[in-house]
Amino acid sequence: MNIVVCVKRVPDTETKVKIGGEGTKIDPAGVEFIISPFDEFAVEEAIRVKEKLGKGEITILSLGPADAQTIMRKAYAMGADKGVHLNDSSECQDTLAEAQALAAALKEMPFDLLLFGKQAVDYDNGAVGVQVAKLLNIPVVTRIIKLDVADGKAIVERESDLGKEIVEVKLPAAFTAEKGLNEPRYPKLMDIMKAKKKPLEEKPAQLGDPKLSIVKMDYPPARPPGKIVGEGEEAVPALVNLLKNEAKAL
Amino acid sequence: MKFDFTEEQKSMMEVGRDFAEKEILPTQEQDEKSHNFRREILKKMAELGFFGCVIPEKYGGNETGHLCAALLTEEIGRVSTSWTLPFNMQMWGPAFTILHYGTEEQKEKYIPALVNGDLIGLFAITEPNAGSDVAGMGTTATETDDGFILNGQKMWISNAHVGDLALVYAYTDKSKKYKGISCFLVELKNIPGIKTAAIETKMGLFCCPTGEIAFEDAKIPKSALLGQKGEGFKICMWQLNNTRLGCAARGVGIARGCHEHAIKYALERTQFGKPIAEYQMIQDQLATMFVEYEAARLLVLKAAYEKDQGNLNNTLSVSTAKYYAAESAVNASGLAMKVFGSYGYSSEYPVERFFRDAKSLQTVEGTSNIQKMIIARAILSK
Repeated sequence: MNIVVCVKRVPDTETKVKIGGEGTKIDPAGVEFIISPFDEFAVEEAIRVKEKLGKGEITILSLGPADAQTIMRKAYAMGADKGVHLNDSSECQDTLAEAQALAAALKEMPFDLLLFGKQAVDYDNGAVGVQVAKLLNIPVVTRIIKLDVADGKAIVERESDLGKEIVEVKLPAAFTAEKGLNEPRYPKLMDIMKAKKKPLEEKPAQLGDPKLSIVKMDYPPARPPGKIVGEGEEAVPALVNLLKNEAKAL
Repeated sequence: MKFDFTEEQKSMMEVGRDFAEKEILPTQEQDEKSHNFRREILKKMAELGFFGCVIPEKYGGNETGHLCAALLTEEIGRVSTSWTLPFNMQMWGPAFTILHYGTEEQKEKYIPALVNGDLIGLFAITEPNAGSDVAGMGTTATETDDGFILNGQKMWISNAHVGDLALVYAYTDKSKKYKGISCFLVELKNIPGIKTAAIETKMGLFCCPTGEIAFEDAKIPKSALLGQKGEGFKICMWQLNNTRLGCAARGVGIARGCHEHAIKYALERTQFGKPIAEYQMIQDQLATMFVEYEAARLLVLKAAYEKDQGNLNNTLSVSTAKYYAAESAVNASGLAMKVFGSYGYSSEYPVERFFRDAKSLQTVEGTSNIQKMIIARAILSK
């Protein structure tokens, strides 16, 4: 069983993001970068599949600048075996151009399972996993919360607004991981030390022609201050009025 | 001189931070209230390799070093002081001392089990009438044909009533004064004549069991002797010079936890129409806490670095770090309580716990007075 997991380096979710790059990019100064949390679920699931089957190889694929290798090592410390880094410092913001680069690399990598997080928690487009699957012409199941692999197929669960779906899909196939799929493990100290010795191949990213660019980024508007309309029963009519007519919540 | 951490060290700190927040913090309030020592936390820490930092791979360790162990201790300590103690009880105390002084048989028998958390470790030096004056201890080990008979009482011993393996210090020959002390590896639960009891009157460290041990004609085999007969005092001082590093790192954890909580609170709490962080006197308190934290941390890292370079007898550096980290932890918790005002005095917020826990560090494993005595002797003899 060959498993490839695509991971992306994103700003730590606790970082106070600042806009830089002439108003079109996140300013990387002082930002700690982590594996996108949904990608971490995907890495954990790959390790669990490998552990359950007792065999297999897990390859990490990451597109990003040089320090993407730092988060790849974290996936190694969790249990991945090797990886390919598609070096790109252009900070491309077009998901299709990125998907084309990943798909081009994946064409040379044999896999049965291709795992993604459901979205990267930077720009939150949630598009790359599906786009890569389409480019490779393989089935994709998004936002999975359970994965069972046997006999050349996978049975997965996903939650939608309508309820739970159970999907059977032939391999090779792509999946995007939702929160709830698993609880990622802590890397052991020994495995952190061993991670730096695992193979990591670096290649230039063959990005597609970007058709999308961000024109302007802005901070969300400051939240208006809270209002106290009164106290006790007497305040109820005023509160109902505001909820109906101002907040339009009723 | 380098001040950067390696990528591996940063990853390890992240593991420590995540572990403390996800495995200790969620049940901490309840555990502290009920004085609950949860063995499964110890086991999980062990499985991640937390107690193997200074232990060779051959005995189940990971050789990541004293510096890494100190950083992990700090990460755990910014959330819980209680849960930093196992670094000393498992690793820096028993396991590392056995590694240095033990026979191959002793090393194989005990070190892996301490590192993986199967055995709970401890060390027993203090007695009701012998604290700072280690050589004033009264516990004796009388040699017989096939072993030693232990008699005496140990007091204020971490893990006394939950522990499995203790380093016990006792006189084999009182006439030789401190050169008549020996060190023994005692399996507390397997030997008749050993009674343990919990001490429930502590001010803090509620998730750390503390107790007393009484030896009444407790017979231990010859193979229990660690090192040579009469070498106990030397072993004890050597051990303390390692466990004190752990203590110092625990203090750094408190200083960090306190200043982080205080900063957050000072930015949120509004008085006279603005956040209290905007008042100079609060800023003075926050700045003091930060400076002392940074200074204590650098002292700890320096002492740990020296040990990783092979200088295990770095008494001056370790005592300097231990003294300063303990004092700055107490100061930080006191200042944090002031920043928090009445809430600082309430068990609803963490700073009063840090205050109670920090006070222990001025006493354990050599009081602040003893550290200053060591420092003064060292600098005067230079």
